[in-house]
Amino acid sequence: METLKLTIDNKQVEVPKGTTINKAAKQLGIEIPTLCYMELHDLNIENNPAGCRICVVEVEKRRNLAPSCATRCEEGMVVKTHTTRVLNARRTVMEFILSDHPKDCLICAKSGNCDLQAMAHQLGIREIPGQEIAAMSTYKKDTSPSIIRNQDKCILCRRCEMMCNTVQTVGALSAVNRGFMATVAPAFEQNLEYSTCTYCGQCVAVCPTGALTEVDNTPDVLRALADPTKTVIVQTAPAVRAALGELFGMEPGTLVTGKMVTALRALGFDYVFDTDFAADLTIMEEGTELLDRLTRHLKGDKTARLPILTSCCPGWVNFFEEYFPDLKDVPSTSKSPQQMFGAIAKTYFADKIKVNRKDLVVVSIMPCLAKKYECQREEFSLDGNRDVDFSISTRELAAFIKQANIDLNNLEEGEFDAPLGESTGAGVIFGTTGGVIEAAVRTAYEVHTGKKLPKVDFNELRGLEGVRSATIDFDGLPINIGIAHGLGNARKLLNDVRSGKSKFHAIEVMACPGGCIGGGGQPLHHGNSEIIKARAAAIYAEDKKKPLRKSHENPFIIKLYEEFLGKPNSEKAHHLLHTKYFDKKKKIIVKQ
Amino acid sequence: MSSIKIELRQEDVNKIKEICTSFNNDPQELINVLHKCQEHFGYLPAEVQEVISNELVVPVAKIYGVVTFYSFFTMTPKGKHPVSICMGTACYVRGAEKVLDEFKKELGLQVGQTTNDGKFSLSSLRCVGACGLAPVVMVGDKTYGRVAPDDVRNILKEYEEGK
Repeated sequence: METLKLTIDNKQVEVPKGTTINKAAKQLGIEIPTLCYMELHDLNIENNPAGCRICVVEVEKRRNLAPSCATRCEEGMVVKTHTTRVLNARRTVMEFILSDHPKDCLICAKSGNCDLQAMAHQLGIREIPGQEIAAMSTYKKDTSPSIIRNQDKCILCRRCEMMCNTVQTVGALSAVNRGFMATVAPAFEQNLEYSTCTYCGQCVAVCPTGALTEVDNTPDVLRALADPTKTVIVQTAPAVRAALGELFGMEPGTLVTGKMVTALRALGFDYVFDTDFAADLTIMEEGTELLDRLTRHLKGDKTARLPILTSCCPGWVNFFEEYFPDLKDVPSTSKSPQQMFGAIAKTYFADKIKVNRKDLVVVSIMPCLAKKYECQREEFSLDGNRDVDFSISTRELAAFIKQANIDLNNLEEGEFDAPLGESTGAGVIFGTTGGVIEAAVRTAYEVHTGKKLPKVDFNELRGLEGVRSATIDFDGLPINIGIAHGLGNARKLLNDVRSGKSKFHAIEVMACPGGCIGGGGQPLHHGNSEIIKARAAAIYAEDKKKPLRKSHENPFIIKLYEEFLGKPNSEKAHHLLHTKYFDKKKKIIVKQ
Repeated sequence: MSSIKIELRQEDVNKIKEICTSFNNDPQELINVLHKCQEHFGYLPAEVQEVISNELVVPVAKIYGVVTFYSFFTMTPKGKHPVSICMGTACYVRGAEKVLDEFKKELGLQVGQTTNDGKFSLSSLRCVGACGLAPVVMVGDKTYGRVAPDDVRNILKEYEEGK
């Protein structure tokens, strides 16, 4: 590798050709402040539009200051990172940015977690010169079922655009207009609801300010909890327990399952259940569907389409409805665990406790923002009563727990309630990329071969590579499995399916990089993939310590089929646990 | 979740497709495609951008970003008689701004707008290479030189119905 030498703050450093000043400085332990810059290490993606100019440095023999995030090192370069000229420039830049930014930090959702606020503080800005006379650019506020856009707070870092276009290939957001009216918006500055947005929430996860935030549903939950006529039950997704602790000062990867259960009980939920139970149920339905399609396919039935695609991820469902509507009969028809839970809770469980479904409020705690949209889909309600009433994110739950003055760190470990709280290790691993398909393989293998699995762990399906594949031997029948996380990676596999090139029997797709542990509703990880890895490890650790690790062995699942559903893919199961998909691609209608 | 329906006439859709094909449906040629489409339609309404998006496989948000970035592109239809006032240096120092103000007042328009009856649109441009005639006004292809604010009403009169 070709290298070059340069001097930064009087220290010599040798770096590979192509290295930016910012990274070379880091190698010397010199921190140059940045604002718009963001690096997603494992995805090998960098956002460095050099837009904010906070990271400028002085380069000898250059007239202008250079943005260190986008300026490459040159041989013999002499760089000064914190001269008075640089400090003055940074301050001026910050004053300019703040002069066009609302000062409502008191009630801003991002307050305390805002990169702009932190930078203003770091640079010691106490006054914004000329703000009495300066105009502010204003935009309409845009509220969708999952995400709120408040472009008055946009600082044009364009991180959201990077996530939406480069990583997710959704293309809902773009920089539009110029000068004072420049902003990031969907086409024709319409609301997100009318764009190609999948509500994956990855834009929210990287936004440095309060320009992009989740819809806060905690007030709805609080109202339900305070209503004496309502029975309020809660389900928690697997990825939540592996990340919630981070918002209470715990190390990434700390499992807080038991403490979380206790906290939810303290908040006043009548029953604390587990989405993992519904994940086991999903495996029963989806696994049966896979085996059915596989058997028919092997017998030469042309109507049995393979590969089967997983359908638990609502961002992913939105994505294929928008971009691959021609393939809408390929994904499994199984509802997501969130919705299966809702459907069972408002029928089987409501009957059991003799509560009318209208008086039973189902709340879900999800690592996800698309789940908010999912539970509002029309097909998931009965006479206007939703199967899942409200979905709140991991971040919202943490804020709720803090509001109620509950000290998560010092809580006793609680246990989920029966019957919808019992789960196997297979349900737990739904929270990470590769987990759903591993859970499906554990069950499908035993059902198909009639033999016990020699080992439950499928390390070949694990990892954080964007696209992975493995062949699992089903007792002489090789099953080809594909895995993609991040919608850009999913698109690659889907293009192969569309062109008939795909060799896979089953494909798992998760919209967010890392799977649900990296979801748009999780604690912000600021592009640090070590945090994602720690959460994944926690998920696999929880799986390992479960006495039962295969969905079909869950005694409450067995009982649910015996008492209520009959068998997997039965008529009743189809009615309650399966769904259909819609073509949401924009239509071009020819006028006559 | 897109719920907007795009309505276009078949011949318009065909024309856009033809333009895109002439650039091999290459997304790198977006700006050229937009130029050709604006040349044909006179402006770039949302519907046209949607069809281009489909043909070139470029997100329509991105196309809208390009259209709103370059001032040459417009999403409002030009009037039957597009009025342009030169705001180049020579015209400007000889009072083009006052002429522009008079047109704004007479037509009740801001720069970039079109009258409700679609007759006139107003724009400013930079130097038509006739600085000796400054300030210069163009209506369609016709050029008017040494225009004073008092001339504005007479110029517009030329384009009234029946003339």
